Amino acid sequence: MKTIANIFASSLGKKYIMAVTGFGLFLFVIGHLAGNLQVFLGPEAINRYGAFLQSNPELLWPARIGLLLMLGLHIWSAAKVSLENRAARPEGYAAYEPVGSTYASRTMLVSGSIIFVFVVYHLLHYTAQVQYLNLTGRDFRVFVDLKDRHDIFKTLVVGFSNGWVSGFYILGMALLCLHLSHGASSMFQSLGWRNDVYRPMMENLARVVALLIFLGYSSIPAAILFGYGREVLR
Amino acid sequence: MNLTLKVWRQKNPRAAGGFETYEAKGVTPEMSFLEMLDVVNEELIAGGRDPIAFDSDCREGICGMCSLVINGIPHGGQPGTTTCELHLRHFHDGQTITVEPWRAKAFPVVRDLITNRSAFDRIIQAGGFVSVNTGGTPDGNAIPVPKTTADRAMDAAACIGCGACVAVCKNASAMLFVAAKVSHLNLLPQGKAEKDRRALNMVKQMDHEGFGNCTVTGSCEAVCPKEISLSFIAKMNRDYGVATLKGQ
Repeated sequence: MKTIANIFASSLGKKYIMAVTGFGLFLFVIGHLAGNLQVFLGPEAINRYGAFLQSNPELLWPARIGLLLMLGLHIWSAAKVSLENRAARPEGYAAYEPVGSTYASRTMLVSGSIIFVFVVYHLLHYTAQVQYLNLTGRDFRVFVDLKDRHDIFKTLVVGFSNGWVSGFYILGMALLCLHLSHGASSMFQSLGWRNDVYRPMMENLARVVALLIFLGYSSIPAAILFGYGREVLR
Repeated sequence: MNLTLKVWRQKNPRAAGGFETYEAKGVTPEMSFLEMLDVVNEELIAGGRDPIAFDSDCREGICGMCSLVINGIPHGGQPGTTTCELHLRHFHDGQTITVEPWRAKAFPVVRDLITNRSAFDRIIQAGGFVSVNTGGTPDGNAIPVPKTTADRAMDAAACIGCGACVAVCKNASAMLFVAAKVSHLNLLPQGKAEKDRRALNMVKQMDHEGFGNCTVTGSCEAVCPKEISLSFIAKMNRDYGVATLKGQ
């Protein structure tokens, strides 16, 4: 018990929490992308995948609760660390140059906050399917395919045919890319799994993976905006 | 060459400070930044005014006393250089230079550009040592230390404790300093016996002093006059994590 209390109280412990939860969320981001890209295999693949995920609430809900817990701890540690950091320098500099640091590393709090807003919107948009938030005037809940499954393909095509919504999704993914270009390598540093040999590789790999994640996710709204899947609207 | 200086002046820790402008006239490019301040101070003293208070000691880049944030960068931004070794040839004639003290809650301003860095001493006292019991003198070669290990420990031990890492960090974090001190002793066989306790106690003291947290921006290693690697922070994180998981 004392060990756990120490982890939550100490500076390094909070970074462990941020890194571990960040790693969990990072894996989810990759898994979610792999699942979503099935939209390019056509309505059958993505609708079958959606029905499969929804078919087992005993697994779905623990996964959802686990993700929420990780998100909560990630945000809690970020808030706590940021408040302490602010308090550590009550009087700032007249001239200040952040030498040697990347833009991404200095703006983790901002990129993270906007990503959080995006996640909330995304959940209300496609998971809770709140009609007045999708800006298309259509009710996604009534979209059903020929096999009586929720028609995710049609939901995506209708949802992303709105330029504002697609734009916001692409913006959210750009910020996720920025966030991960630092975070995906920094989490190994926080956990002590990095040294001078692996560091350049990890830093470059993080940037490549972040960019691939951005391209992968953004390709869905972008493709739909350019006309992919329009035939289901007819 | 002539320079214009905007210098932070503050009478004492409680007084409100502010910038004052001074002219450094007829200084030469071969002078160090501190020698230039000496020239300015001589003029101030001759004019019956208070000289600018700043820290310095060895003036050859090994003691860690000199500080100064020069145009927004601790030690002035030349790689691997302390303020005392920063020469005026890196500035141009007529340039305006802003000079500020280290800014951190844990480093309160004593006067003008001098800050109290005792927090670092207290962190060292918490674990930055090897307990040596009295007895016969051990044989010099009795404990084998591989060359690569000795080199790495030396890389960490090169830290002079100036505090530039804290000054430049956007979070005023002391992680690079503490990491260097923890790693230096934890790498060597003589320090291994107290490895866990050292990591835990030094980090605890660091937190207690009110330094910020690491967000891995890497600014610290960019300004470190001894070019201590950010990877030592990863090593400290590892040592602290192992010690924590052992439940110590």
